[in-house]
Amino acid sequence: MTSPTIDRATFAELEQTAGAEFAGELVDTFLAEAPIMLAELRRAFDAGDADAFRRTAHSLKSNGNTFGACAFAAMARELELGGMAPMQAAAGSPLDALDAEYARVASALTELARA
Amino acid sequence: MPEIARGTAQLLVVDDNKVNRLLLSRNLELMGHRVTMAENGRVALATLRHGGCDLVLLDIEMPEMDGFQVLEQIRGDLQLRDVPVLVTSSVEGLDNVVRCIELGAEDYLPKPINPVLLKARIGASLEKKRLRDQQKELVRRFATPEVAQDLQRSGFALGGKRVSGSVLFSDIRGFTSLAESQPPEETIELLNTYYTLMFDAISGHGGIVSQIAGDGLMAIFGAPLPLADHCDAAVRTALEMIELIELFNAERAAAGKPAIRIGVGIASGEMVAGYTGTNERATYTCIGDTVNLASRLETHTKEAGRAVLIDAATRAGLRTAVGVEPLGAVTVRGKTQAVDVFAVVSEV
Repeated sequence: MTSPTIDRATFAELEQTAGAEFAGELVDTFLAEAPIMLAELRRAFDAGDADAFRRTAHSLKSNGNTFGACAFAAMARELELGGMAPMQAAAGSPLDALDAEYARVASALTELARA
Repeated sequence: MPEIARGTAQLLVVDDNKVNRLLLSRNLELMGHRVTMAENGRVALATLRHGGCDLVLLDIEMPEMDGFQVLEQIRGDLQLRDVPVLVTSSVEGLDNVVRCIELGAEDYLPKPINPVLLKARIGASLEKKRLRDQQKELVRRFATPEVAQDLQRSGFALGGKRVSGSVLFSDIRGFTSLAESQPPEETIELLNTYYTLMFDAISGHGGIVSQIAGDGLMAIFGAPLPLADHCDAAVRTALEMIELIELFNAERAAAGKPAIRIGVGIASGEMVAGYTGTNERATYTCIGDTVNLASRLETHTKEAGRAVLIDAATRAGLRTAVGVEPLGAVTVRGKTQAVDVFAVVSEV
């Protein structure tokens, strides 16, 4: 059993407390900001900037949790807590995996916000 | 602050992440608050120093200046350190939470923030701030700016230091029977007018009101800040008090009300000034023989039939010409040895 890209209960709660229209705007903001943060994560990794790497991963985790993007948040959390060292030893690139998960999150959120 | 009392406060949201910033602000606005946003610690401090902020919601992980640094700056700033800070972060690890609290944060709310919990924490923090503001206002109102500043500068500690100064006691003659002969509301109004006049006279001469009880008050000249001419200041205050009461009586006579009279006792010398009481409830005051003597002299004004009595030390300390009449050695209540007492006649 695979868990959904977006946890519906979390997203519904966001819509309920902040208002559906505002939740839609917040999704738009996230879709505009997230690619910049993902690019910053790569830049920080390439530059060996551990502080910026941790901070950006932290930010992505936090936003993932807000929208109920559980898998995305968990991946970002591993980067935040693990730092850059495990990345170098990892098989396949965790950054590529995060990008791929983001693509799923973005399309799921777009669909939810339109509904 | 009336704004807080109505449930509307000015809040500052500090977060480098735009989604977090917008969402938190939205939740706060839905609660009826007004929100300003800052994207890092540096901008937040600049906004705070502008003033008018009731509460800060602070993220920890931020570029340029992080939340820990902001907390440190706020704590080290006399103007800012009373503004409550709620840390809202998804930083993990108990040690980080502990560090926030140790740096003076009011509370820690993990992200994503539960709106119900947020509302409760904000309500509690604003209520605490309202009480602190009220306390500051009380200190300001009852303890004079000098004591309030002394408290802010050196903090509160029971105990005192030796100072040289003058103490003044005064009360209204026949107050009990006066209070019995009129409605309580009228007595309160009389007391309020009376205290307004007396406080003006006292602070106008550099004194501070240390205690008020019923119709009596105690004023100090020479603490917490030294006062070179404390004897003159105290005596001139007494004379002004008598003068103001005369004016007040003229008004009362016009309204068909009986005149009031006051008695004043002044003594000078060494005393211990500081906060006495308990850690929960204390007052800035002076204690020592000088204080007791001033109180006894005030009581003695009834028997002596004079409005203002002073001791020998006050008499000797006068640097300006004041009409003084020696009444000889008097054994005042509570003293085994007779003391020289002088009646202040009038200004020369």
